[in-house]
Amino acid sequence: MAKKVALLQGNEACAHGALYAGCRFFGGYPITPSTEVAEVMAVELPKIGGTFIQMEDEIGAMASILGAALTGAKAFTATSGPGMSLKQELIGYACMAEIPCVIVNVMRGGPSTGMPTGPSQSDVMQARWGTHGDHPAIALAPSSCQEIFSETVRAFNLAETYRMPVQILLDEINGHMRERIEIPEPGDLEVLNRQLPTVAPEDYKPFDDTQGDVPPLAAFGSDYRYHVTGLNKAADGFPTSKPELVDAEKRRQLRKIEANQAHIEKNEEYRVEDAEVILVAYGTISRSARAAVDHLRNDGIKAGLFRPITLWPFPEKRMARLAEQARAIVVPEMNLGQLILEIERATRRVCPVEGIGRVDGELITPAEIVAKVKEVL
Amino acid sequence: MAFDYEQYLRPGKLPHIWCPGCGHGIVMKGLLRAIDRCGLQKNNTAIVSGTGCASRLPGYVDFNTLHTAHGRAAAFATGIKMAKPEMDVLVVGGDGDGIAIGGNHFIHACRRNIDMTYVLMNNYIYGMTGGQFSPCTPTGDRTSTTPYGNPDPIFDVAKLAIGAGATFVARTTAFHATQIDKLITAGLRHKGMAVIEVLDDCPTAFGRHNKFRSVVEMMKRLKDIAVPTQAASQMSPDQLRGKILTGILHQEEKPEYCEQYQQVIARAQAAAKF
Ligand SMILES: Cc1ncc(C[n+]2csc(CCOP(=O)(O)OP(=O)(O)O)c2C)c(N)n1
Ligand code: SF4
Ligand SMILES: [Mg+2]
Repeated sequence: MAKKVALLQGNEACAHGALYAGCRFFGGYPITPSTEVAEVMAVELPKIGGTFIQMEDEIGAMASILGAALTGAKAFTATSGPGMSLKQELIGYACMAEIPCVIVNVMRGGPSTGMPTGPSQSDVMQARWGTHGDHPAIALAPSSCQEIFSETVRAFNLAETYRMPVQILLDEINGHMRERIEIPEPGDLEVLNRQLPTVAPEDYKPFDDTQGDVPPLAAFGSDYRYHVTGLNKAADGFPTSKPELVDAEKRRQLRKIEANQAHIEKNEEYRVEDAEVILVAYGTISRSARAAVDHLRNDGIKAGLFRPITLWPFPEKRMARLAEQARAIVVPEMNLGQLILEIERATRRVCPVEGIGRVDGELITPAEIVAKVKEVL
Repeated sequence: MAFDYEQYLRPGKLPHIWCPGCGHGIVMKGLLRAIDRCGLQKNNTAIVSGTGCASRLPGYVDFNTLHTAHGRAAAFATGIKMAKPEMDVLVVGGDGDGIAIGGNHFIHACRRNIDMTYVLMNNYIYGMTGGQFSPCTPTGDRTSTTPYGNPDPIFDVAKLAIGAGATFVARTTAFHATQIDKLITAGLRHKGMAVIEVLDDCPTAFGRHNKFRSVVEMMKRLKDIAVPTQAASQMSPDQLRGKILTGILHQEEKPEYCEQYQQVIARAQAAAKF
């Protein structure tokens, strides 16, 4: 049977991916360049009996999706720039209270109001460290519109599987660019749901680590009732400041990522087998980097592309292996050096690691990357 | 027969953190009597708070309880109610939580007229952080951050709620313990956003700075300043100076937000058919 195809903007693909994943609640606040995500959700959610709500600000939007998620709904919000800054406190709350949800951040230039209609990749470190305190983080950076759709589905799966917030990082370019995409049929892509408790309601403990690092999460309004707080807490969900319990809770939350990195990690490699120069690029800029690889190969330079799709947790082992075979690593990103810090850390600088940064709202072109590689070699 | 509070209290979670003489416990008891009177089901009820001494209430009571970040309770509660309109949703919290940092969420919940009951424990101080002034601290009073007297004018919580669109607004004090559950009961039975402001006391942080020698003295003040709305209509402006009105201050019928959204769903589904 012929696949259903559509010409979709990245932001629209993201919204449709969320619906495919079973999202039934969207709470948002308009901000360029993310607004189309909200607009699609406002049209589509009521058709299937879901809820769209425009809240009074991004903090309220984040709060609303966490409330909805606790009732069992798959919940979603979209924002950019200053809106993402406002969400940080409650992203921390979601990490702490272990509430699944998905946030798409269509990155724009900053800080502050910055460049509302200019692309940027400058929220990479914020996606990891934006909220205060030690906490786990998952952030995905898809490139094409097709991949935005499928990675949005995966973002919901990861949020549900690990009971935590998952961020999708787009930028003004792939958020607004239109491409032909094949809309998957139901069943084509895996859709996962959170684990519900099976114990008797009176025995339910929302943070019971004897149930594994990701304890089952009951829904408000079901047969289970329990307490949720942003304070450190014991297995039963009630506040504690006992050092050994606080320590165990924090370490378990981080272990959800560390112990499952292989499942969460996703990368694409292009012509890296014999590559002497490895380009590391993600999101929109990976497309320039891929073109640059072909140019360089035509010029007789053995170049390859390593494209992390999961930025957090960073694929450090694979990165380290690639560094061993490389004479140089070049990292083009639309910021003044963010993921490059992680690459330097992961590779322990066994070879030179050079960045190409742009923060003027212009794309990094294949020609710029080619020139930089030639300079480095 | 004496009311059995224990049926609604979580075993093993007492003693609470509140200081001796704190008014929040009186409000909690009134809240439980009202919940009982309205027959709310534990599994079907969510009680949401922000952060502060007042916001610790949900931890002690046996419902679906959500103790959120400072100021954000109304927005979390909105998410719960919109995602599961069949649930009974209550918000509890302090004056700083609801009216300062959470003021924006508070007024917008009122504006939407979403069907929830908001019990605001106004002790006109930031109790938890040790007694800084809040938007409800009377002008001239002393707190740890207004050592020379508070220069700020106050927010009148009830007027704010009415102005923002809440369709049930009532006020009482921690002294008037039996009125607390009557007003919360009326709020729970009201369809739409119900705000019940309870003026209570914080002997530890407010009393200390303002030379109240005892909790009894603070309670006596609450008793003295309260004037029921019916009595107020017979009083002159002079007689009403320094007083606060108690009872149901405002009640009206207006479309409720979840029901409005059901109509959005109906329109979207009808449009999709053609
Ligand atoms: C974002 C944020 N800012 C500040 C605080 C510190 N804080 C905790 S409780 C509180 C004030 C609580 O006052 P109120 O809501 O009136 O409750 P009370 O303690 O008086 O019952 C403040 C400022 C916080 N927890 N989070
Ligand atoms: S500090 Fe004040 S508000 Fe907090 S528990 Fe003590 S008396 Fe109550
Ligand atoms: Mg207070």
